[in-house]
Amino acid sequence: MSAQAQDVGLDLGRRRSGGRRGRFRWMIYAGLLLATAFYLLPVYLVVVTALKEPAAITLADTWRLPETWNWGSFATAWEAFAPTLRNSLVLAVSATAGSALLGSMNGYILSKWRFPGANVVFPLMLFGMFIPYQAILIPLFQFLRDVGLYGDLAGLILTHVVYGLPITTLIFRNFYAEIPDEMLDSAKIDGAGFFGIYARILFPLSVSGFVVVVIWQFTQIWNEFLFAVTLTRQETQPITVALANLAGGEAVNWNLPMAGSILAALPTLLIYIVLGRYFIRGLLAGSVKG
Amino acid sequence: MLRHILALSVVLGFGLGAAQGELEIFSWWAGDEGPALEALIELYEADHPDTEVINATVTGGSGVNARAVLKTRMLGGDPPDSFQVHAGEELIGTWVAADRMEDLTPIFEREGFMEAFPDDLIELISTDEGIWSVPVNIHRSNVLWFDPDRLDEWGVSVPNGWGEFIDETCPALQDQGVTPLVVGENWTVQHLWESVALAELGNDDYSALFEGDLPWTDLRVVAAWETFGDVMACTNDDAAGLSWQQATDRIVAGDAAFNVMGDWAAGYKVTTLGLEPGTDFGWAASPGTDGTFMLLSDSFGLPVGAPNRAEAIQWLELVGSKEGQDAFNPLKGSISPRVDSDLSLYNAYLRSAAEDFASDAKVGSLVHGTAAKEAFMSEFATVMEIFLSTGSADAAANAAQAVATQVGLGE
Amino acid sequence: MRTNDRLVAFLMLLPSLVLLAIFVYGFIGRTAWVSLTNWGADATQALALNPELAFVGLENYRKLFTGLIDVRFRQDLVNTFFFTLFFLLGTLGLGLGLAILLDQKVRFEAVFRTIFLFPFALAFIVTGTVWRWMLQPSGGVNVLPELVGLPALEIRWLTTREQIWQFDWNTVPAFLAAGAALAFAYAAWRAWGTGRRVRAGVHGILTLGLAGWAATGTPGVTLLPYPEPHGFNVAFVGIVIAAVWQLSGYTMALYLAGLRGVPEELREAARVDGASEFGVYRHVVLPLLGPITLSAMIILGHISLKIFDLIWAMAGADNATTDVPALLMYLRSFRANRFAEGAAIAIVLLLMVALVIVPYLRSSLKGEVRR
Repeated sequence: MSAQAQDVGLDLGRRRSGGRRGRFRWMIYAGLLLATAFYLLPVYLVVVTALKEPAAITLADTWRLPETWNWGSFATAWEAFAPTLRNSLVLAVSATAGSALLGSMNGYILSKWRFPGANVVFPLMLFGMFIPYQAILIPLFQFLRDVGLYGDLAGLILTHVVYGLPITTLIFRNFYAEIPDEMLDSAKIDGAGFFGIYARILFPLSVSGFVVVVIWQFTQIWNEFLFAVTLTRQETQPITVALANLAGGEAVNWNLPMAGSILAALPTLLIYIVLGRYFIRGLLAGSVKG
Repeated sequence: MLRHILALSVVLGFGLGAAQGELEIFSWWAGDEGPALEALIELYEADHPDTEVINATVTGGSGVNARAVLKTRMLGGDPPDSFQVHAGEELIGTWVAADRMEDLTPIFEREGFMEAFPDDLIELISTDEGIWSVPVNIHRSNVLWFDPDRLDEWGVSVPNGWGEFIDETCPALQDQGVTPLVVGENWTVQHLWESVALAELGNDDYSALFEGDLPWTDLRVVAAWETFGDVMACTNDDAAGLSWQQATDRIVAGDAAFNVMGDWAAGYKVTTLGLEPGTDFGWAASPGTDGTFMLLSDSFGLPVGAPNRAEAIQWLELVGSKEGQDAFNPLKGSISPRVDSDLSLYNAYLRSAAEDFASDAKVGSLVHGTAAKEAFMSEFATVMEIFLSTGSADAAANAAQAVATQVGLGE
Repeated sequence: MRTNDRLVAFLMLLPSLVLLAIFVYGFIGRTAWVSLTNWGADATQALALNPELAFVGLENYRKLFTGLIDVRFRQDLVNTFFFTLFFLLGTLGLGLGLAILLDQKVRFEAVFRTIFLFPFALAFIVTGTVWRWMLQPSGGVNVLPELVGLPALEIRWLTTREQIWQFDWNTVPAFLAAGAALAFAYAAWRAWGTGRRVRAGVHGILTLGLAGWAATGTPGVTLLPYPEPHGFNVAFVGIVIAAVWQLSGYTMALYLAGLRGVPEELREAARVDGASEFGVYRHVVLPLLGPITLSAMIILGHISLKIFDLIWAMAGADNATTDVPALLMYLRSFRANRFAEGAAIAIVLLLMVALVIVPYLRSSLKGEVRR
């Protein structure tokens, strides 16, 4: 039992064989470069706009490099966004940890302790990850009010833990399904019970599963907006809400929303760049069966 | 690793503990309108150094985003200590009707507000059961803005009525490649509508619309929509993408000649852009509304269940005081409703607005929550959309009547 | 011992089940109930701490589909339809194209892949903010041609009010019936092919019936007593571009995984048979990508039905030309205080998503259960 078994054939590793020659190879690269331009132009625009003096930002000179580099935008944006970045961090870290741990336990139970009704319960759980959250919004904040968590970051954390359960359960269930039952049987013979099997066999093998789930959940929660905008108050606002308010408000100077966008994007982008492999795996696992 | 993450979150999470003596003020005054509120907060902090003031702002044109957030908080049982609310129906029809506000009559009596504020304003914030907020300013909605030097350059003058604007001013400007009238996102178009409707209907019929005494399908109202359509034909085609400040910038830049905006535009021009009233920019009552002051008033109220009620009451006392109002209004670009305010502190525009306020007939603004209940005002955006997409005055009139019936306008 | 462990397992699962039962089904049930009440019709109750609600049946739904003012909701449905259509075409087309290009043993494949997929890591709010700046009327994309000496574009990306492909709302049942007729015709053809004559006959009759009903103008069903034009709001083009920018990397990754899963022997065999490289894709590779396309359509389709933050950040919450039901629900509830109508919109949205997701969940789990 090793990483191979956990790897459910979702990697995008290069295909080795199969030669392709031809006079049209330049067209392939032309196409790829064109696409690269499409994906990167906005990045260029964001960065140069963020680095311009507010007065130097005119629509006509949008694409020009700044004449003086105004790093101050980031200082201002940092000052404005630091509290919301901290909220986002607390939120994403706690809710990710909570939903990953519960999801791991659920995945273990659903894949290794089959009991009657599981085939009905599991799809009912999964449906929860597809619903438009508008359909639960009004009762949700009534509920949070009744338990005294409305406006508190803890309320938002609870919300994200619960609505994260379907996807984390799904990923862990598929992940643990690859671990042969024989391993569990031998542990049972050794006298291991429910928790013993989890602690001694599954949990130690779960590292890459946790990485996938943690990346996925962290990204989703960090980026979420609807709950964030309806369940928070000023002091508990995550970065997405602050950014939407700044950019959608009456800001006339575009350097700040652009610098703010970069700050809001950096954490998830870093994760993507450093742990891209696991990121892709989480993304493919999102399509139910993978 | 997970243990570390949890530990980290615990450490960060419990940093949020409440300080001794807090006061949370909820408003939509950020950015350009922020300094005025900050001046008021500084005054408060000078008097109450132990209280930490939380300045909770949600930006977005004319408070639409802020009001949505406020509602989720109020429904969530998490009211701020005091929040900004437009005097009139937005206060009475939404919050007082739902029994979510505290009666402020004792404060009014104790602080002498009864004498300090004009009676017709107190009427706007009162019901038979009490007085429900403290007004901090008066804004005028029906103001036409322009740059006098540029008008001379283009050879046009301030139109006396919308007819003149449509027939003469508009084509003259269009021939020179100038946008005759600049509008921005949805609410600024509605803002223009209320000025046009006021001019076309006159004060009594305009007010009767919101009291349910004049049907929206009346021929006079349909005719007002038609005029409005002609006016819209003189506006820019990229309206939806502009905030009101960006629309104002077009006049400053000389791309457009006029706009109709509330007089917070004067605050923006003076405080943010550093322009001189009278020379760098000019103003007039919007065409056909001379002698009428379409007003809106920002006020602060005390929600039931405010967590720091004592501090909130101190805040409201300051908001209504002469000292507080004269610190706030010159920066905000609004006039103080107090009859004893010190006019020498105010700029040329505001002094003229104060004169008009004292002498003009007064009607309430629709878009800014004074005249009609919020359910109507909010759906009026849809009515406007129907008009803009069909171009049919009849369709708009029918839709407006349907909304009026549905929400029980004037009941 | 074993029974005991089973009990422990169930008890450990129970908290999650209870939480989901409450947060998903309990809350949906509550929203459904709210949608059958008058919450918001009476201002004294709208924002009361504990509003008293009265049951009004399906009145809120009736208003949504037939009310004069709710033309906005109906246009929102049309907006969602067109947005979903072009968003799917864009992400699937671009994703497949890029995957095929990357499948040609190109250099720096990993670099390209990283670039194509990175927007997926961003928040819709970030994407929306950035593209709003890209699509400013006299800047961004519009002035790009100037860099190479061409005249600037004059496209009003997000602010145009132009509406094309107009149709009357009353013809919607005819379109739906025609669509259903096509589906039944296909089913009949499949049944005939597999020798199930009776089933083919039933489906055939249904096809003819539906087609006839649609062709004669759907007698018996009148949605509105007057014609109501709807169409494709061109302002959505900008939003589709931003959404495709963000999510085409996802389909690229899905398709690339699929392409890598096609055994090389199959391709080789086709080449030996004399197929051109194009022919190999056309006849061997692409047919194998069908299931991936279907999954991607469903995942992206439900995202596009729910699209909310992107439009909020790009065009603002109250720009009616770029409105969708998810936004209208928010506006109705929290701007107009009409919570019951907001809830009705949410339930309609939920039903639309369920229509896509439930069959998908059924079919993708059915295989597993048999295993």
